[in-house]
Formats: sequence, structure tokens, C-alpha cells
Amino acid sequence: MSALPWLHPDRVALLEAALRERILILDGGMGTMLQGHQLDESGFRGERFEHGHDSAHAHDGHAHDHHGGCDLKGDNDLLTLTQPEIIRGVHEAYFEAGADLVETNTFNATRISQADYHLQHIAYELNREGARLARAAADLFSAKTPEQPRFVIGVLGPTSRTASLSPDVNDPGFRNVTFEELAENYTESASGLIDGGADVLMVETIFDTLNAKAALFALSELFRARGARLPLMISGTITDRSGRTLSGQTAEAFYYSVRHARPLSVGFNCALGAEDLRPHIQTISGVAECHISTHPNAGLPNAFGEYDETPEQMAAVIGSFAREGLLNLVGGCCGTTPAHIKAIAEAVRGVAPRALPTEAQEAA
Amino acid sequence: MSTRHTRLSGLEPLVLTPDLLFVNVGERTNVTGSAKFKKLIKEDRYEEAVEVARQQVENGAQIIDVNMDEGLIDSEAAMVRFLNLIAAEPDIARVPVMVDSSKWTVIEAGLRCLQGKGIVNSISMKEGEAEFLDHARKVQQYGAAAVVMAFDEQGQADTCERKVSICARAYELLTGELDFLPEDIIFDPNIFAIATGIEEHNNYAVDFIEATRELKRRFPHCHISGGVSNVSFSFRGNDTVREAIHSVFLYHAIQAGMDMGIVNAGALAIYDELDAELRERVEDVVLNRRDDATERLLDIADNYKKKKGEVVVETLAWREKDVRARLSHALVHGIDQYVVEDTEEARQLSTRPLDVIEGPLMDGMNVVGDLFGAGKMFLPQVVKSARVMKKAVAYLLPYIEAEKLRTGDTGKSNGKIVMATVKGDVHDIGKNIVGVVLRCNNFDVTDLGVMVPAQKILDTAIAENADMIGLSGLITPSLEEMANVAKEMQRRDFHIPLLIGGATTSRAHTALKIEPHYKAGTVWVKDASRAVGVAQSLVSKELVDDFLAKVRADYVDVRERHRNRGPGKKLVSLEKARAQRYRCDWASYEPPQPKQPGVTVFDDYDLSVIRQYIDWTPFFQAWELAGHYPAILTDEVVGPQASELFRDAHAMLDRIIAEKWLTARAVIGLWPAANIGDDVEIYTDASRRTPLAVLHSLRQQADKPPERPDLCLADFIAPKEFDKPDWIGGFAVTAGLGIEEHLNRFLADYDDYSSIILKALADRLAEAFAEHMHERVRKEFWGFVPDEALDNDDLIAEKYRGIRPAPGYPACPEHTEKATLFQLLDATKNAGIELTEGFSMYPAAAVSGWYYSHPDSQYFVVGRLGKEQVEDYARRKGWTLQEAERWLASNLDYEPE
Repeated sequence: MSALPWLHPDRVALLEAALRERILILDGGMGTMLQGHQLDESGFRGERFEHGHDSAHAHDGHAHDHHGGCDLKGDNDLLTLTQPEIIRGVHEAYFEAGADLVETNTFNATRISQADYHLQHIAYELNREGARLARAAADLFSAKTPEQPRFVIGVLGPTSRTASLSPDVNDPGFRNVTFEELAENYTESASGLIDGGADVLMVETIFDTLNAKAALFALSELFRARGARLPLMISGTITDRSGRTLSGQTAEAFYYSVRHARPLSVGFNCALGAEDLRPHIQTISGVAECHISTHPNAGLPNAFGEYDETPEQMAAVIGSFAREGLLNLVGGCCGTTPAHIKAIAEAVRGVAPRALPTEAQEAA
Repeated sequence: MSTRHTRLSGLEPLVLTPDLLFVNVGERTNVTGSAKFKKLIKEDRYEEAVEVARQQVENGAQIIDVNMDEGLIDSEAAMVRFLNLIAAEPDIARVPVMVDSSKWTVIEAGLRCLQGKGIVNSISMKEGEAEFLDHARKVQQYGAAAVVMAFDEQGQADTCERKVSICARAYELLTGELDFLPEDIIFDPNIFAIATGIEEHNNYAVDFIEATRELKRRFPHCHISGGVSNVSFSFRGNDTVREAIHSVFLYHAIQAGMDMGIVNAGALAIYDELDAELRERVEDVVLNRRDDATERLLDIADNYKKKKGEVVVETLAWREKDVRARLSHALVHGIDQYVVEDTEEARQLSTRPLDVIEGPLMDGMNVVGDLFGAGKMFLPQVVKSARVMKKAVAYLLPYIEAEKLRTGDTGKSNGKIVMATVKGDVHDIGKNIVGVVLRCNNFDVTDLGVMVPAQKILDTAIAENADMIGLSGLITPSLEEMANVAKEMQRRDFHIPLLIGGATTSRAHTALKIEPHYKAGTVWVKDASRAVGVAQSLVSKELVDDFLAKVRADYVDVRERHRNRGPGKKLVSLEKARAQRYRCDWASYEPPQPKQPGVTVFDDYDLSVIRQYIDWTPFFQAWELAGHYPAILTDEVVGPQASELFRDAHAMLDRIIAEKWLTARAVIGLWPAANIGDDVEIYTDASRRTPLAVLHSLRQQADKPPERPDLCLADFIAPKEFDKPDWIGGFAVTAGLGIEEHLNRFLADYDDYSSIILKALADRLAEAFAEHMHERVRKEFWGFVPDEALDNDDLIAEKYRGIRPAPGYPACPEHTEKATLFQLLDATKNAGIELTEGFSMYPAAAVSGWYYSHPDSQYFVVGRLGKEQVEDYARRKGWTLQEAERWLASNLDYEPE
């Protein structure tokens, strides 16, 4: 059986052509940008949720918030519906800074994560609308700069639970989420992202590889059901200087665990700054057959939980990654801004992307 | 990178490169292959089942096969539970898992638990192509490799030709219909039993080997695997012959291209070392070289059968070697029978008596050290070696002294260490073992014994010009005393390193609470096997700076992580924890009334009765031998050592009882009691008018779901309002009275081995005594289960009604409550047990605690406590907050001011 056809073959062709040519630029942090707007509870609720319920679903059982009230402030993904202009503005700011691809505002848009706000029922909608907003921004910029086509990455986050770790120290065999539940969550979210027009799907900030495997399993089933597929990006998270994921895997073991999805790219993001990610990017670059991505944080958080690596500092480190031949896609995660992305884009400009191992072999 | 190596993973990667030659898949976690594992799973003993997995990995399994196919087991649930449990064990989870089942649903349930890339065992065309491809595609989607059995719609392939044709057809389907990676295909061309007496079976091994050769030639990226033990099935009960068959079979199959196998790696004979006649006849059978091969192997098989309990006779061939080799042999094998005559012979051959120590004896001990370091020798053997060494040294000492007087020359030691169990603590088995191991490595050890105040330790270190100080302790208050010693060392401006060890110590505690107090270097030593490495690094001028710098950096890291670990799991408020207490329908509860209330004393209890209650597993743990009794006796790694130690222990136990080395005494008490808040009030009589004492308990503050209470021992006693009086019991037992005399005797004889056995046995007897008294209390004195009938395994597994928590242990971690218990029982007068200022019991072989009778009463871990509860506890105890924080130091959830 050969692989399924692409859902959007033209856009995949454009993306692959761009990847052969240069290091592509991802966007930076969403949270940092939203903080700047200093939205309060009513800002998060917008018109649709202003009366303490979802007015769009007033008739079908979502009429009211649960007793005890539930603040929606902090549910950044909800802003896709309640403050779409702000979200679209962030996407445009990153495209303006030079990003080739932006990530949808859907990091927590799974049923499990939205349950914290009693908003399970809008998971699909958040993904579809999140993809639409990014799509509109990408189409606008692709039209402006046809020589630099822009793409939408539909983001699938880690959820707030882990399938291979017990939340109860007294019962290491206990799990508060199953593979099947995760797969169902990811199926719903990914359907929204695809329907909203995402070009690529990215399973990212992977703390627990088993969560990611559930996502990959769900995606393979979804693609089979739809008869076509999207390229996949997979990005793990090395949680601290131990050099392992939260679930205990080394970078290399992580890659072997997700390699079956035959991704477009694999890499690491979040938790660490660029310098601390270097050894892991080197490791994975040495074993992976696909492209390599990274979007680190702006350093490690300081005593106040803020990230303070400047665009110049971060760009200097990433520039050296690029010159080492480690990179195909690069951007930023927590604490990064359009200024960081602009500096990174400048730092890698003109530096050849990492050659795929097969290409490298043919050239040799 | 284009080379198609199979890439598997657990927490760590496993790439199957050709230089691995043969990948061992561990077979012991398979209920169809291991009776022991099956029993553990059936009896729900998952903790021990997890240990089986750990041992396999420790013994070199590169992948572990997990199979739960057994009619009486819910295979899917067992697979999930076991895989989830081993996922939490980094030592096990580092290797990939082979999910093994004949049921696809079980395989799929297993795959949903694996974060790494594992292997499915197996898929086949047994039910046709469609199902085969469906399963294979799922295997791809879950991210695993697959074992493909040579099995089609017609059945399992037995001939070479059918094995090859079925595998080839499977390969075409997998790579043609699907895009299955060739390197993720592992063929299992079926290993069947040979030498069964049925002629058609004679060629089965050859068929497998030839099929392997052909498959490897046609599909070089694929692997060939099989379950090796099948081949020798007809020789069940004759392990020597079976192991020989496995070894010969693998020798030929590996040459043909077999590169993976489900084997018991620990029990493989070495092909070259097989007895020549046995090997030839086994080879005839495996390779089907002659018609009478089976008969000829059967003819000699019985000669190799080990008889039950047979002991290999010690040969004396080593006595023929030269004296150096004899000394080395005696040291490595721990034989002290000839050591004095051999030492004398060596002395006569040397210019100086010291040369015997620095020459042949140290050489022998170095061999011991190397073998121990490499995991080829175990602690009991090392201690025996030390006994031989000490005897030799003792013999030489007078000569050395005479030599010194003559020349003024003194011997070199590696370095000097002053060791002690800290003030308030009497436990020293571990410390003694460390002392022995260090002495074996030529360290000069001054052991100050137990309950040693800081001042004495430091004064001795100065007087002896020590190179380092080692502190040991078992009970939690010792942790604070160790920090105190560190502060004292700093105050007195010491510059030698401080070593910390003992069961309650940890790297984290040392880094957080001890090391910051002392500038010259503090090192936590995990166990006796690490002590030598650490001590050697510390006395080496070349190594010490780097070593200490590394340790310091490591501890800075630990502190950093501790600071950054965030709030962790948040505790709930004391109010909330109390609201979520354990509740019982007291109105319908009948508290059992004791048959014999008040205090009962038992003098000079019969040790032969107590002996039957011994739980042996901790005895082996004391010797750093990992495993459960009785399985440990036949463990493939430590089995021989464990058996020998066990025999020696029994021999000594016989003498302890026959010659009355030890006296056992006990006191128990049963009193009316009522629960008031988190306390229990104890009364003089059932009218409950005159309080006798108040017991203070601590409550869990974990954030739990509503159906799981935040436990507190006091909750298991009926409240005062309740009209029927409830009861509580207390006990203190010892089996250590009179031990000193015998320890001194062993000391005089340089016999640490016997000394440590005796102490460990006294500990075991005390625990057994506690178990026995508890049983009698349940059946007779309290009498709430007069007809209880549990065997010792059930007792060890705590299958009875009620509990006996001990102050200082997790359910009631605060040690000073022992004082109340001792007062109630008058335990010092009635049982001869004293309490030290740190609330450690003396003799050390003693156990004390409370009896709770409630059917729901259970052991639990109180865990961390919020300040609110500590303040509340201080108020109830009449303490200042600081006092409470000191006694609860290990449980505080906050940094006290």
C-alpha cells in the first residue's frame, strides 16, 4: 500500500520546495502577545459568553455555567471566538516579522483541556475557527508576497493529562486518562483544524510520548477515513536539564517512538532555551530521516516566571545551530515575540537548510 | 543512516545493529513460560511480578517479553496493569517491551500502554490474509515492530520449505499491500521439540536452522527469532541437558542468522565448556546426524541430572597450587580452614611480615574487590573473604610489631576513617558491613559503635588524625543528628570529608539538610558497594578535588531542582482533611471486648516457637541480596550465595536456640479507649472515667477524591460519644537480650560474618516475635478472631484483621509517642527494653507498637504535613512549634523558620 494522497497537494508541493531552498521560519509565542492586551474576564467572555453562558448553545444544554461560577479568563484559546481580531492580529504580526508558518491558537483546544472551563462542547469549533483565522492571515500575506508562500500549522497540544504517568504517587499503576480518550479528543480537534484549512498538523510540546502516540494513531485513522492526509510535524519537550521528556525518554528514544508516523519534521520546543536544547537537537539531527524543527523558549524563566532572553541573544544561538547544519524549521515558544522571530529570520537568512539524510547520501 | 536497522525504544533507544549478534528477549515475565510469574499474577502480587521484570533487565535482557495468556487471568487487564506498573520503573522501562499474546485484543490493550516502540508477538496468516493485514496495519499505527509466525490457514509450518514459503508470502503482503518496514519484521519460523521419540520430529531443529539461513539470505533486513526452550521440551526435569541443547541449538541457529530469541539468558551453558561427550550427543540430536541420536542422548542424560539438594563437593585441587594462589583462592572463596598455615608459609618466604599483607593478601583482596565491583561476587562472600583476611592479618600482627620495634617502619594504609552510628540510634548492621568492606580495601577503620555523641566522634577523628568521618543511622531523628554533627565539624573548623549513610538517608536529604552546613565536603554513600569507590576517591590526591567538585555541583543541582519543583502536590487544609476522615457506621459496630484486659508479661519466650514466624526476605536485604524468599534461594544470580547464607543462618539459629544465646521477652497491654479528634484517650477501666494517657495521631493531608479518606490512626477507634467502649492495645517485644556476649566473642575471633548474621537474626526473631504475639492477641488475649487460621505467608502478607503500627513508622511517624507506649507497658521493667534519648530501642532487636482491631484499620503513609497541623499537634502535645518541627522534620511540607 502506498501512502494516502495529500489533501492539499499544491500546498504540500510549495512547502516542500521552500524546505529544499531555505530554513523556514515558524512564529513565536501566543501567550506573551495576548498578555499585552491585558484582557479581563469580560474581555475573555466577549459577547457570546457575557451572560455567564454560551449564548450560541443556549438551547442545547449549555445554557449556564456550572454552579460556583467558572472564570473563563486565562482560556486563551477561547479568544479565537470572542476576540478573533486580536488573534488574527498576532498571526499577522508574525507574518510581518518574516514567519513562513504560523501556529493556530489551539494549544488547549481539546475536550480534556477545555473541561477545566466547562467548555468541552466547543472543542471542535475552537479548532475550526482557529484554523480559519490563521488561514485568512496566511492567504493575505501569500497574496502580498507571492515569492514567499505562507502556511498554517494546526496545533495539537499535549492536553493537561499524561497517559504513561500516574498522578497518584501511592499508585504507580494508576492513570487518569486512557489512550482511547486521548485518541477521541485528538480526532475531534484535528477534524476542526482540517476543516478550518490547516496546511500541516503539528503534535507539539510532547511531555509524554504516549499522548503523542495516541494523537498520531488518531490522525492515521482520521486520514484513512478522509482518504487523504496532511503533512505532520512532531515536536517533543525535554523538560529539564536531565535531558529527558517528562515521561523519561531520551531524545533518540523519543524519535524512534514517533517515527512510524513518517513525519515531515521532528524536533523539540518549550521548557528550555535554545542553548540548552542544542545537544538534543544535535542528537535527533543525527538519527532522523525527516526535517528538523525547533522552537525554544526565550531562555529559562527568571525568578518571576518571565522569559528574558533578548531577540539578539536568542538569534545568536539559533544562528549557530543553523550554521552547524542542524535546522530546517525554526521559531520560538514561550516568551518570544515578533521581534525575536524577526531577529531569528535574519540570523538564518542565507544559511543552507539541513539536507535530508537521503539527499546527503545522493550528493556524496 | 540508510542502513535499515530496526530502531526500538523504551525510555532509551535500542538499535539492532549487526554487532549485537543476538538480542536476548527476557522470558520470565511470561505466564505461559514461568510458573512463578503466573503464580504472582494470579495471586495479584504485582509488586513482586515487577521485581521479576527488574531482575531480567539486570541480568541482561535487552527486551522483555510480557505474556498474560492464562485461562484464569483477565489477560487484558493484567497486561495493562503490569505494563503501567513497569512504566513507572525507570530501571525496567528503559528497555523495549515485547507484547506477547495469542489474542489480538490483549496485544492492542498492551500497545496502548507503550510510549516507546515495542514489538508485537505475534501476528500470522492463521485466520487469512485480510485479518493478517488488518493487524499489521494496526501495528504500524501504534508504532511497533512485529514478530510474524510461520503460520498460515493450513497451520504451523514444520518443514523448512513451508517455513520459508509462508514467511516469504507474509513479507510480500507486508511490504506490497502495506508499507511495512522490512526491518520491523521479525520472523518466527517455529521452534519445536526434538528427541521426542517420534521420528517426524527428529529434523525439527534442522528445519528451523535451514529455514533461518534461507530467510536471512532472501530478506537480509528482517530478523529471525524464536522461543528457544521449546526445543528441549522432552528433557523437562533435566536442566543440565536442556541447557546443553539450548546452547548447541543456538550455536548453530545463530551461525545461520538467528539474531533474536526468547531465552533465559542467565541459564545458558557456554558451548565451549560443555562436557565433550554430552556436547557430541546433543549435537547429534540437534543436527539429526544419526538415527539413534535420541537413544544415545537418553543413555547418558541421567548422568547429568542434578539430584535434589545435591551439594557440589568442594575439591581440594587448589591445595596443590603455590602459596600465593592458595591465599588468593582462600580469600576469593572465603575458606579460612588453611589460612594460618598458608600465611605462615608465605611469611617464611618473605623478607618482612608486612610483605605478606601488601603482597599476596592484598592481591587476593583486590581480586575480591574487582569481582564485587563487577557484580560477580555478593556481600556475604565479601564478608567471608574479610574474615579470612582478618585471620591472616591477626596471625601476622605479632611479627609485624616485632619488626616495627626492630626497624621503626610502619605499614601503609589507604587512609583512616572514623565511623559511628549517631547519638540516639542503635542500628549498626549496615555500618558494620561498610566497615568490613573498607577494611578489605586496606582502609584503617575506627568504629566507635552506636549512640555516639558528636563530640566523641570529632575528638576521635582529631586524635586518630582521620582522613574522613562516616556517619550512619536508621531512624528518622538520626537525620537531624547528622546535620548537627556537620554543623559541629564546621564550627570546629574540620577539613576532612564527611560520609553519610544508612537506610533513611538519601541524596536529597544530604544535599538539602547536611551538606550546606559543612564546607569541606559531604558525600552521601548509597550502600556498602559504593563505600570503597567513594573512600578511595576521597583519599586520592589526584581524584579528590574533581570528585568533591562533582558531588558539590550535583547537590547544588538537587537543591536547585528542589527549589524549582514548584508546589508539587498541594496539601489540603487540616479542616478539609478532617472533614474527609475515614467514617464508620459506629452505631452498628460491635467493638470486640478483650478476653484478658490490662498488661500481660511474657518472660523468656520459647525461641523455637518464634522461629517459625520469621520473614526471611528482609534478612537477605540486610546483606544487600535483592529478591524475595524463598525464590531468592534459586535465583539465577544471587541464588547460590543466598542459599549458602541461609544454611549458615539456620545453623546459627539452631545453636542460638539450643545454647540459649538470646532471651526473648515481651509485654502486651489492652485498654479501653475512645477517639477524640485526632487523639485517642486511654482509660483505666471500661467505665472510661479515669484517663490513663492520650495518644496523638497525625492525619494525611493529601488532596484525594472524596471516596478516599485522609487517614489518621485515631479514626479507627470508636468516638467517646459511642456508648460501647472500644479498645486499643500496645506491645513491646525483644529477642536481643544477651547478644553482647556472643558479639564480643565473634569480635575476638575477627568474625564479622558471624557477628552480622547474629545481629540480623536477632532482628528477624524480634519481628517474628511481634508477628507471633499479634496472632496470639487476635486469637486469645483480645480474641476477636479465635479461629483465625493463616500460614506464615499470609501473616507476612498482613491478611489478618487489624494492624500493629509502630511509632516512628509511616502511619505514626513521630517517635516520642513511644514514651507513652513504654510508660503504659512499663516496658523497661517488664521486657528489659530501654529507650534512648532519640527514642531508639535498646537492645536494637526490639519491636513495639499499637494494636488496632477495627476491620477497616490499615497501614498508610501520613506523608507531608502543613504548618497548621504541626501547630495543632504542638498544642496537643504541649510543645512549642519548634519542638514539633524538630520531631516531625521528615514530614514537614514547609521550611521551618
